[in-house]
Amino acid sequence: MESLGSIRRSFAPWNDPAAKPYIVFDGVTKRFGDFTAVNNLSLSIYEREFFALLGASGCGKSTLLRMLAGFEEPTSGRILLDGQDLRGTPPYRRPVNMMFQSYALFPHMTVESNIAFGLKQDGMPKADIAARVAEMLKLVKLTQFAKRKPHQLSGGQRQRVALARSVAKRPKVLLLDEPLGALDKKLREETQFELMDLQQNLGLTFVVVTHDQEEAMTMADRIAILDKGEVMQVATPAEVYEAPGSRFVANFVGNVNMFEGKVASRSGDAVRITGSSGAEIKVVNAGNAAAGSTVAFAIRPEKIKVSSKKPPNGAGNAMEGEIYDIAYLGDMTVYHVKLGDGQIVRASAMNASRVSEDPLNWNDKAWISFAPDAGVVLAD
Amino acid sequence: MADTAITGRAPATTAEIRRQGGILSAITSRLVILVPYLWLLIFFLIPFFIVFKISLSQTAVAMPPYTPVIGVSNFFSKIGELNFDNYVWLTDDPLYVNAYLRSLLIAAVSTFFTLLIGFPIAYGMARAPATLRPTLLMLVILPFWTSFLIRVYAWIGILKPEGLLNQLLLSLNIIDSPLIILNTDWAIYIGIVYSYLPFMILPLYSSLEKMDYTLVEAANDLGCPPLSAFWKITFPLALPGVVAGCLLVFIPAVGEFVIPDLLGGSETLMIGKTLWNEFNANRDWPVSSAVAIILLLLLVVPIMLFQHYQAKAQEAER
Repeated sequence: MESLGSIRRSFAPWNDPAAKPYIVFDGVTKRFGDFTAVNNLSLSIYEREFFALLGASGCGKSTLLRMLAGFEEPTSGRILLDGQDLRGTPPYRRPVNMMFQSYALFPHMTVESNIAFGLKQDGMPKADIAARVAEMLKLVKLTQFAKRKPHQLSGGQRQRVALARSVAKRPKVLLLDEPLGALDKKLREETQFELMDLQQNLGLTFVVVTHDQEEAMTMADRIAILDKGEVMQVATPAEVYEAPGSRFVANFVGNVNMFEGKVASRSGDAVRITGSSGAEIKVVNAGNAAAGSTVAFAIRPEKIKVSSKKPPNGAGNAMEGEIYDIAYLGDMTVYHVKLGDGQIVRASAMNASRVSEDPLNWNDKAWISFAPDAGVVLAD
Repeated sequence: MADTAITGRAPATTAEIRRQGGILSAITSRLVILVPYLWLLIFFLIPFFIVFKISLSQTAVAMPPYTPVIGVSNFFSKIGELNFDNYVWLTDDPLYVNAYLRSLLIAAVSTFFTLLIGFPIAYGMARAPATLRPTLLMLVILPFWTSFLIRVYAWIGILKPEGLLNQLLLSLNIIDSPLIILNTDWAIYIGIVYSYLPFMILPLYSSLEKMDYTLVEAANDLGCPPLSAFWKITFPLALPGVVAGCLLVFIPAVGEFVIPDLLGGSETLMIGKTLWNEFNANRDWPVSSAVAIILLLLLVVPIMLFQHYQAKAQEAER
């Protein structure tokens, strides 16, 4: 079966019309004075989903999370959790727990008491608390650090204490505010997979806020891309990448080449787009771009092939240009190709073999080519 | 210096210079530490020994009014004449014991009320918008611009039977007859709490301001209601400030003289006032010296506690 991108698991309740969303933001607006942090936003999150809120700083993603935790109340609109309106429910009565960006570990308590804190609040029997704390410590591999104070731990260890503390109460929903932001790259990659395993094993609903698209792509079932307090697109990582809904999303996630132009003709799902310089692009997946409308054709760098010779005529697209820049990154090489009209196209090629069969150099004449279904047509 | 060890060369000139620089900086760093020790020696330790010496002598009609005491020249001839009679006298007379106990009590009660009033103020300041905080700090420090004595005098005008407070309460029909506050212990409490409030607020503010408020949010998030979160998170983290503030108020309040003298009644017995009477009215320098020495010893205990807590707090921050 053909599918977009790569599929991680068959979990997709958002495609099931009978499935009931677990968390619903219903026309939520939040203003701080004159500043609108979240603007009439609606969003549904399903049970056991790993949901990511992705956006640049100031896009309202943290405010959204804080409203779910109960630290902020929406100016208008409703937030439902399992069908119940959360308005007026203080943070300490909500069945959600949060992992803070700063970790917010209690500095005067040991690792153990930090993890036990929420359980004690619930009046859990002492023996059960001890058992749960031991289980959590084992889960995050910190058993021998139980008696340490937070300032005696490394950044990665603190992050795991914060995680253990926030999942100790088995909340219905775990909110994670930039959970890996303070870790270095290598540790971050390891921890991403640990978080995914944890979410699967405990069967929790995770809502994670991040500005790191790679992190969101790796971990999330679905990603909501936010800008200026509004949702730009909610989709799986593969859809966000391969079928962005707008120029903003296409630009925000990954690298992209944009060809601005007009739809010259349309027959069925196939269109011809003419650029300002007269170049023509054939596309077979036109979406709903009407003939005569102004559109952008967006294509990812790895979908473009660069070669020194003109590719054979066929159904595909080919344009002539000149190698402008080459960046060799080891696993792949990035070419910047300057087209006739001055536009610079970014193309990348995996270095699948150690020896290049078609070596290209700066200022060489080169051809770029791509299939008619390699990109998307964007009207917005 | 490792390179010289490996190559076996004669000590390089750079290493020599570095070593000399090390000695020089070691000397300067010692000198810097020496300054406060010298200060303490000249202005605390030497006066302390002079007072201690006087406390071991007897009153005499002389100038100064006590029997000559041990010095460098007569060390061996006078050493037998030293005695602790004045200290025995202090324990014999319940007046002194009562004065000490009352001073400690009044200081403790005042410290408690200062903390009770100071904590919310410091908390409010620490949680105020960052742009407002310097102004608030300024307001706390502002009273210091007026003489302490004048501010305490002003309280007489406020608290006396026909004073501002009674006039206000009478005109509002809250009371029928003037409240007698001046010349009672209440006036002393009011005076001490008012005068020492900044010393409570400033250390509290500095430890509350450092605290990360997301800790309280984290406690709330884990199911802890606000009041409980205050006792479990905010208060323990503010404890170094609480201890510092309490000691900064308690220690000078024990020996306070001006406030009980101006605002307190004639029967109010505080050790500062007793000492003043002994020294000026009775001209009994040896006994007043003994009173001062005992007072100092009483205060050394809380001071050492304070240092202990500070050292612990510094260790925790590391």
